[in-house]
Amino acid sequence: MNPIWHIARKELSDGLRNRWLLAISVLFALLAVGIAWFGAAASGQLGFTSIPATIASLASLATFLMPLIALLLAYDAIVGEDEGGTLMLLLTYPLGRGQILLGKFLGHGLILALATLIGFGGAMLAIAVLVKDIQLGLLLWAFGRFMLSSTLLGWVFLALAYVLSSKAGEKSTAAGLALGVWFLFVLVFDLALLALLVLSEGRLSPELLPWLLLLNPTDVYRLINLSGFEGGGSAMGVLSLGSDLPLPGAALWLCLLLWAGASLLLAYRVFKRRSV
Amino acid sequence: MNAVDIRGVNQRYGSMTVLHELELRLGQGEVLGLFGHNGAGKTTSMKLILGLLAPSEGEVWVLGRAPNDPDVRRQLGYLPENVTFYPQLSGRETLRHFARLKGAPTKQVGELLEQVGLAHAADRRVKTYSKGMRQRLGLAQALLGEPRLLLLDEPTVGLDPIATQELYLVIDRLRQRGASIILCSHVLPGVEAHINRAAILARGRLQAVGSLASLRREAGLPARIRASGLQCSKLWLERWRAAGYCVRALGNTGVEVNVPDGLKLELLRQLLGEANPGDIEIQQPSLEDLYRYYMERAGDVRAEEGRA
Repeated sequence: MNPIWHIARKELSDGLRNRWLLAISVLFALLAVGIAWFGAAASGQLGFTSIPATIASLASLATFLMPLIALLLAYDAIVGEDEGGTLMLLLTYPLGRGQILLGKFLGHGLILALATLIGFGGAMLAIAVLVKDIQLGLLLWAFGRFMLSSTLLGWVFLALAYVLSSKAGEKSTAAGLALGVWFLFVLVFDLALLALLVLSEGRLSPELLPWLLLLNPTDVYRLINLSGFEGGGSAMGVLSLGSDLPLPGAALWLCLLLWAGASLLLAYRVFKRRSV
Repeated sequence: MNAVDIRGVNQRYGSMTVLHELELRLGQGEVLGLFGHNGAGKTTSMKLILGLLAPSEGEVWVLGRAPNDPDVRRQLGYLPENVTFYPQLSGRETLRHFARLKGAPTKQVGELLEQVGLAHAADRRVKTYSKGMRQRLGLAQALLGEPRLLLLDEPTVGLDPIATQELYLVIDRLRQRGASIILCSHVLPGVEAHINRAAILARGRLQAVGSLASLRREAGLPARIRASGLQCSKLWLERWRAAGYCVRALGNTGVEVNVPDGLKLELLRQLLGEANPGDIEIQQPSLEDLYRYYMERAGDVRAEEGRA
């Protein structure tokens, strides 16, 4: 059988063994159920409100969590093997660096996909069973889209983690860099964009600004999940720029896929130059 | 076809040259000991053979092909110097993983664990293994898929004398099966009997390569003869000193004399014919002596270069 699959299989069984898969699934399920029932507590309501509101809250939470989990899962993928001495050993085996990287990506990617499916899927089932008069079609569509895009977002950050892991000489460096990347994309980028908006005082071409959102995979992810609902005027902050974006929804998905592919390619190039 | 063929390799890292004009060949079924100090270029040579490095100049051929050819890698076993493996996997799981990656039959796993003496600990996590056990797991890993070429980097580190002896037995068995082996190490006691040839590397240059007998001839190191139970040891002491040998007394009735290789038999004949000794002990220059000789010579060359 293919060596890519053998590498992936090991990552997958590691994920089961050290209970990563279980922990992420449980975390996702608890958060999803909690948000579905208590998300509206701030406005004095208790209980399930609506599908769009639930998805919107879930998506803003997953924007923070998913990249963090993916980076934690994969930051030591290459540098960790190197420190254990197994990277050099693997490279003397009949398999290429691309196969090692793809195998890791497949394994880690499956862990994220499974955790998303089990965690959020479980929450969706709970909603379908417990909430009366729910529109099952809409629920399935909204949650399906949410789960798929969340997985894709996770994959983007897995690939980014491999770039760091291939670059870093030590595990601790890779961990630090991973936190930096998380900080950059999840917090700093939007603030910087807002600052740019304010400072430019409208001199920046209004056609250009929405495109800048595509430079951040977490923003693309949020755009995917906030749009698509009737009267989705709930966008806040920089994301309101997204409504000016002359792009169909499919293009946003493509953009996220492109992010994952390009990061993986970059990781391969950095990994290829790494000496053992 | 040679198992390994290194021709005229220069290896540079940036402006530093770590290997100069390396020429090294390993025949089929041959065991070569590659010895040298830290930083002599042993690891770099290994990496060249493993295809982890491309030579800056020169050629490297392994089993008649380029070293990074997947077919070569399936027939190659490598024991790294420091490998901790995956701490959370058991020994058996580790070997199974590597067997799958190499395309070796997984039924080999049990046999190999037995062979390196890890059968009792096969289902324990590698995290709980001692250094010697990890080393033996590494050896089992290197033997996966019945390799035709084995590279062993410091294989006896962390092994107790009995395990070291067992390792040498494994090496002998593999040699009989026709495998070619490179044993890379500092000089090891007891390794002489298990290698065909020794290569001594210092400061990136090959100082000497050949069988132990030919290295001894080339180095011209004296053998040491110790005779005890002599009636008139004083007389012999003076006679040999007059003949120009390096002699010293061992107690009242013993003599130790260093004789060059060619004159050894003549001196022994004298000793046996005329002196009637109680016991005779002959020490050939050991691998360690040879190693020290070539290292010192390399140091002298270097010092002269510095002066010039």
